[in-house]
Amino acid sequence: MYLVVEQLLNGLQFGLLLFLLAAGLTLVFGIMDFVNLAHGSLYMMGAYFAATFVAWTGSFVLGALMALGATLLLGIVLEYVALRHLYGRDHLDQVLATFGLILFFNDAVRLIWGPAGLALPLPAWLTVPVQIIPGVYYPAYRLMIIAVALAVAAMLYLVVMRTRVGMLIRAGASNREMIGALGINIKLLFTLVFGLGAALAGLAGLMQAPILTVQIGMGENILILAFVIIVIGGIGSIRGAFMAAIFVGIIDTMGRAFLPDLLRKVLSGAAASTAAPALSSMLIYLLMAIILVLRPEGLFPAAKR
Amino acid sequence: MMPKLNASNAVAALMCAALILLPVYSAATGNIFILTLFTRITIYALAAASLNLIMGYGGMMSFGHAAYLGIGGYAVGILAAEGIGSGFIQWPVALAVSALFALLIGSLSLRTRGVYFIMITLAFAQMAYYVASALSRYGGDDGLTVYKRSDFAGLINLSDRTQFYYLCLACLFGGLYLIWRIVNSRFGLVVQGVRSNEQRMQAIGFHANRYRLVCFVIAGTICGLAGALLANNTDFVSPAVMYWTRSGDLMVMVILGGMGSLFGPVVGAIVYLLLEELLSQFTEYSGLILGPVLLLIVLFARGGIMGLLGRMRRG
Repeated sequence: MYLVVEQLLNGLQFGLLLFLLAAGLTLVFGIMDFVNLAHGSLYMMGAYFAATFVAWTGSFVLGALMALGATLLLGIVLEYVALRHLYGRDHLDQVLATFGLILFFNDAVRLIWGPAGLALPLPAWLTVPVQIIPGVYYPAYRLMIIAVALAVAAMLYLVVMRTRVGMLIRAGASNREMIGALGINIKLLFTLVFGLGAALAGLAGLMQAPILTVQIGMGENILILAFVIIVIGGIGSIRGAFMAAIFVGIIDTMGRAFLPDLLRKVLSGAAASTAAPALSSMLIYLLMAIILVLRPEGLFPAAKR
Repeated sequence: MMPKLNASNAVAALMCAALILLPVYSAATGNIFILTLFTRITIYALAAASLNLIMGYGGMMSFGHAAYLGIGGYAVGILAAEGIGSGFIQWPVALAVSALFALLIGSLSLRTRGVYFIMITLAFAQMAYYVASALSRYGGDDGLTVYKRSDFAGLINLSDRTQFYYLCLACLFGGLYLIWRIVNSRFGLVVQGVRSNEQRMQAIGFHANRYRLVCFVIAGTICGLAGALLANNTDFVSPAVMYWTRSGDLMVMVILGGMGSLFGPVVGAIVYLLLEELLSQFTEYSGLILGPVLLLIVLFARGGIMGLLGRMRRG
């Protein structure tokens, strides 16, 4: 029972992390109609920046904040220099160009930080386990991830639904030309949205860094998961991305934790030990394939254009 | 149909001649490396050409095409590991399994369009990747060594570098010829018509998705052949062949060379893999140059290299 609670929390934490990544992706996709494969690279850069700045300043919080700023800046520069010329182009062109950026970032990281991974140590006050219900302890750091991600999600909701910038973002998502024609500086808006997405990806990367090692290619696996989420949730819909991210996070974590035991009850030992890891890794993709076949628009499609 | 003499056709003809004469050059100079490099290039060119059939002519943006490379490869590898060394069994099985997989994922994926199609093909390829990673009997994550190349009863010796190169080249030319015939057939014209305007084709009585599906299966089968060649070339097959970045590489080759042009993917494969190879000799960090080059090509050379050649003729 405790194990189930713990795994549920792990799933929620992973799902929220995925949401941070998917939110940026779905905003950029929904508003600029831009497929950004390099989003995973921004996630990786966030983690590397954090590892560097934390070691440099000696403070986890300060280092994390600096890393966040650095990823935001990187996103804005990237958009300004290269990516803004690709809006309105074919999706395939965008895939090719941002695939090139992945190659670039991976080797740039290898040149600057070396091929070996980095570790991002946690400060002592984040490593203590917290008693959440009597008898169940949970790492404080993971609780912090949940809290931060929920706060960011709430803030994102308020910004998008309640502010003027948010209104422009939503207007941009439903009709790009029209808000341009109404005299809004659409280029600036796009740069801003891209920077925001980059910062969110960086935040996800730097928060994940202490749990996993910081390494080259760390963004590639998780990028595909983020794409799965925005497709399941409905492209351009932040609410859909949120629901789908938590759904995917919990299913993935629970599948990995409990599927092997479940299969062992049905199948023979050898067959189960072969099938379990494959099936638990496939679960998400299977889910996406089923949803796409049954509901090609995703579960929570954004308003029609 | 008589091919016209223009820049892109001239390049294609020169390229074919160079590919045919390459072993002569290699034997004369004793440069074995170039022969092994180009063996790999012809195999990837065949895979890219098959992707071009669905992407360039059919308008189906598959982001999971590397799955067939793995499936063809694993068919050869697994049969070899189980003691069935004959190519006359291995290769037809590789083609049949690839075709079956294409039929299965095609019939599901073709219900979706656009970005959703890109993502669903990617999802299926990732599933194949994880299945291969879990095959602990056949090496799992670490991959499967193919100890003996396919045996064709003395007809051709795959362990001989030159013979194997010519086999790969023959498969490439055969594949290109097949694709050329398909594209110019009634079937191919319908597929291209569906790409331009699905509703109209549907309205004049063509069952659009059936044509798409057949095209998708043919492309998957050709790529399965490339997979069988690849496993023989590297004497090894691993899940990494099916990882999504491999599918990305294939897409890059097609777009780089010129989508929807017969020889485009071949040019793309040659340029991409040569560039990768050359850069890795100068620097450890080839991505630092290759990445921005891809970006620049997208920004300034639409239609890929063949597109550039086509424009040269006009202007």
